[in-house]
Amino acid sequence: MTYEFLQHYWCFVVSLLGALLVFLLFVQGANSVARTLGWTEEGRRLVYNSTGRKWELTFTTLVTFGGAFFASFPLFYSTSFGGAYWLWMIILFTFVLQAVSYEFQNKIGNILGPKTFQFFLTLNGIVGPLLLGGAVATFFEGSNFIVEKSNMVADGAITPVISYWANASHGLDALLNPWVLVLGFAVVFLARTLGILYVMNNVDDEDIRSRGSVRIIGAAVPFVILFVAYVVHLLLKDGYAYNPETGVIFMEPYKYLHNMLEMWYLTILLLIGVVLVLFGIGKTIVSKDYNSGIWPAGIGTVLTVLALLLCSAWNNTAYYPSTADLQSSLTLQNSCSSEFTLRTMFYVSLLVPFVVAYIAYAWHALDRKKLTREELNGDEHAY
Amino acid sequence: MTNLLLNIDAGTIDWSRAQFALTAIYHWLFVPLTLGLALIMGIMETCYYRKTKAFERGETNRDVVDFWRTTTKFWQRLFGINFAMGVATGIILEFEFGTNWSNYSWFVGDIFGAPLAIEGIVAFFMESTFVAVMYFGWNKVSRGFHLASTWLTGLGATISAWWILVANAWMQYPVGCQFNPDTMRNEMVSFMEVALSPFAVSKFCHTITSAWIIGAVFCVGVSCWYLLKKRETKMAVESMKIGAMVGLIASVLAAATGHKSAQDVAEVQPMKLAAMEALYNGGTDVGLTAVAWVNPFCQPDYQNETEAPLKLDMPYALSFMATNNPHGYVPGINDILNGYTTPDGKVEPSIDEKIEMGKQAIEALAAYRQAKSEGADDATLSPLLSTLNENMKYFGYGYVKDKTQVVPYVPVNFWAFRIMVGLGCVFILYFALIIILTYKIPFVTIFTRRLLAAIGLLPETEADGYEITRLPAWHYWLAIVLIPLGYIASESGWLVAEFGRQPWTIQDMLPTWVAVSDLNAGSVALTFILFLILFTTMLAVEISIMLKQIKKGPQL
Repeated sequence: MTYEFLQHYWCFVVSLLGALLVFLLFVQGANSVARTLGWTEEGRRLVYNSTGRKWELTFTTLVTFGGAFFASFPLFYSTSFGGAYWLWMIILFTFVLQAVSYEFQNKIGNILGPKTFQFFLTLNGIVGPLLLGGAVATFFEGSNFIVEKSNMVADGAITPVISYWANASHGLDALLNPWVLVLGFAVVFLARTLGILYVMNNVDDEDIRSRGSVRIIGAAVPFVILFVAYVVHLLLKDGYAYNPETGVIFMEPYKYLHNMLEMWYLTILLLIGVVLVLFGIGKTIVSKDYNSGIWPAGIGTVLTVLALLLCSAWNNTAYYPSTADLQSSLTLQNSCSSEFTLRTMFYVSLLVPFVVAYIAYAWHALDRKKLTREELNGDEHAY
Repeated sequence: MTNLLLNIDAGTIDWSRAQFALTAIYHWLFVPLTLGLALIMGIMETCYYRKTKAFERGETNRDVVDFWRTTTKFWQRLFGINFAMGVATGIILEFEFGTNWSNYSWFVGDIFGAPLAIEGIVAFFMESTFVAVMYFGWNKVSRGFHLASTWLTGLGATISAWWILVANAWMQYPVGCQFNPDTMRNEMVSFMEVALSPFAVSKFCHTITSAWIIGAVFCVGVSCWYLLKKRETKMAVESMKIGAMVGLIASVLAAATGHKSAQDVAEVQPMKLAAMEALYNGGTDVGLTAVAWVNPFCQPDYQNETEAPLKLDMPYALSFMATNNPHGYVPGINDILNGYTTPDGKVEPSIDEKIEMGKQAIEALAAYRQAKSEGADDATLSPLLSTLNENMKYFGYGYVKDKTQVVPYVPVNFWAFRIMVGLGCVFILYFALIIILTYKIPFVTIFTRRLLAAIGLLPETEADGYEITRLPAWHYWLAIVLIPLGYIASESGWLVAEFGRQPWTIQDMLPTWVAVSDLNAGSVALTFILFLILFTTMLAVEISIMLKQIKKGPQL
């Protein structure tokens, strides 16, 4: 295993975690439409209890995504989290609100009332995907930061901090870029689409299923429009490339289009992913009895996001470009951990299939019997 | 070096420290109960599982099986209320390394990131997957699978504690790494040294056993509330038996592992030990301070006072604790500041000398990077590298402007250490007493009850009985009062561990004012206030729900 291989391998692992995270945002998506999808108080409880059995997986994937990014590309961790402070803080804030909302909302002694926590779930359901999607968009659109490793020791440096944001907004400036918002809202509507598909599959309730097959149109149509718009924009825009020999970063016209052509396997992955997502949505809309759309759409989401994330970093591409100073842009090469650490972590990552296997087994064991109103009323741990 | 670090706002450092401390303190309110209750409810569900098997063999009746099922579910319900807050506060901690300690994240991320990633991959998924089975799987999976899920939830939480304490221990005692001047960071050279650092092993054992104490104190305290109210007596008594046994074993182990932890501190963080003991001037045959007046609100004048006022110590005990030798040498704050030589001839430089060497390391590094960027040859770079490597051990001291900056705040360390140790001793005695009273040990129980009656702590009419349900009310109140005291002891332990290593984020390598992110103080102050409001509100909600749930009891 060469150092270069390990860098690409860890980029793959982090991208896979990111792709799984986007899929698991169905929890947020379903929560954001719980009011209309559930319609009645009992219906809403069904939705919350359905996502309530999975929220910890989404949360854990987010935490592991952060941890894996830290271990493999610490300069990204240092630059993005320390620089885009407000963007990440708002994301974290809404996830904290979500984490307690399930357990607290319907318990006796909840002094804030159930509606407060339902509002938190809705807030996280919209803001979480929006800002996470926006953060992903910055991998292509760039961010306003500067990296200078000598700052810690250079006499007279502007700041002793190695990486810093070049403006005072600390990450919120990204939301002024319309293309960041386009991808952000695409993720919001994707999460809603997946959320509706998941609830339709997980809850055995005629009302919710029939309502879901209608509501999904309102989520899927804007998603498809925004996603297609962003992909077209991406393929036509200039990208951030680097010379692997010198490490010099430069703008390359149609860089991401070139990436997709040169890494044809990613294009195939992307196309399969898109077809699966459209199949899952389409069949759910046109078929009366089909409730398994979450599986093709979920797998398709993972493949699509994985292809896009790898397109942002592989093939000598700067995956976290700087709009303030081109040469500060982060590449796999200049931001990764040492070869020793990446190799050590490679062996740890071999545990991942085992982890996936027991998650799948536990998921299957719990979901063998779909959630019903009867079960909800008899379950002492129901939220 | 004169202009270095002038642009770091002191407010940013203070607010960042405050925010991290706030998150860690809140996080540590919920995690010990998760770890402790996980063990207790695991034992309870094992009882349920065994009784079920016995019922199937016709050796017990249905009521016994139902009792253990109800009892297990009751404690799992309380576990669930607490668990979510631990998860919520934990995510903030992980990301705050990046958001608030940006330089830190790069400077040591090559080593520090690995345990965090392993924690996520190995522990968090285990915890989050099986906790869902534990909550919702009672009627969906087999009894064996459910029991395994309950234990795996606890195991996941414990493995998580292992890796985060490996990371924390590395900050206190950085091993298995080497500085790379080209990448401008420390890089891991031995994973085993990091993962199995003796400091980490001691820290883990001490922390996990202290968390079990919290679980036990909580279990016994809640049970005593039922006995006070004369409700759910069977569940209360059986829970007390389990809780007290876990508590006694845990508190004895916590004392033993605490001793080992203190020896580790003496070896690698002598300044922390000196602060914990308010030991201004050390030497051989040093006594352990039992009582002294250290003003809790201001740093003592350690440079001019010979020792803390009204000091009463246990002769030789500190020397013995630190070195396993009653005549061993223990340096005080002034010895460390001014340099000292141990009886075996080891010379420790003064802080001023360390500052000088640290500056040489920083200047050599700056010159090296400048020369390298200009394409200098090996002949130019080599002496710079030699200077850097010779002084690298004291790199962090190069950022210290005055030697007193390396002295942690003595009052917090001194009092927090005493509160932790004092309450730890109380727990050993208390759990031993509860075990004697609940387990009906031949001769011992009767003797103890008569002794308690003789000194007026038990009515004489109860001296020869075995009933734990008929003790005077204050016994139960004592157990309830011990719940907050358990938390105070636990948090005190953290205060000692974290305040004692100030000003270092990484011992001797990186002080807080170099580790911080480039943020303005106002931003961090705002997020601090937001988190303070959020965490405090959620804590209030949690306590309210927990109390209502306890009041409601095990019924649905």
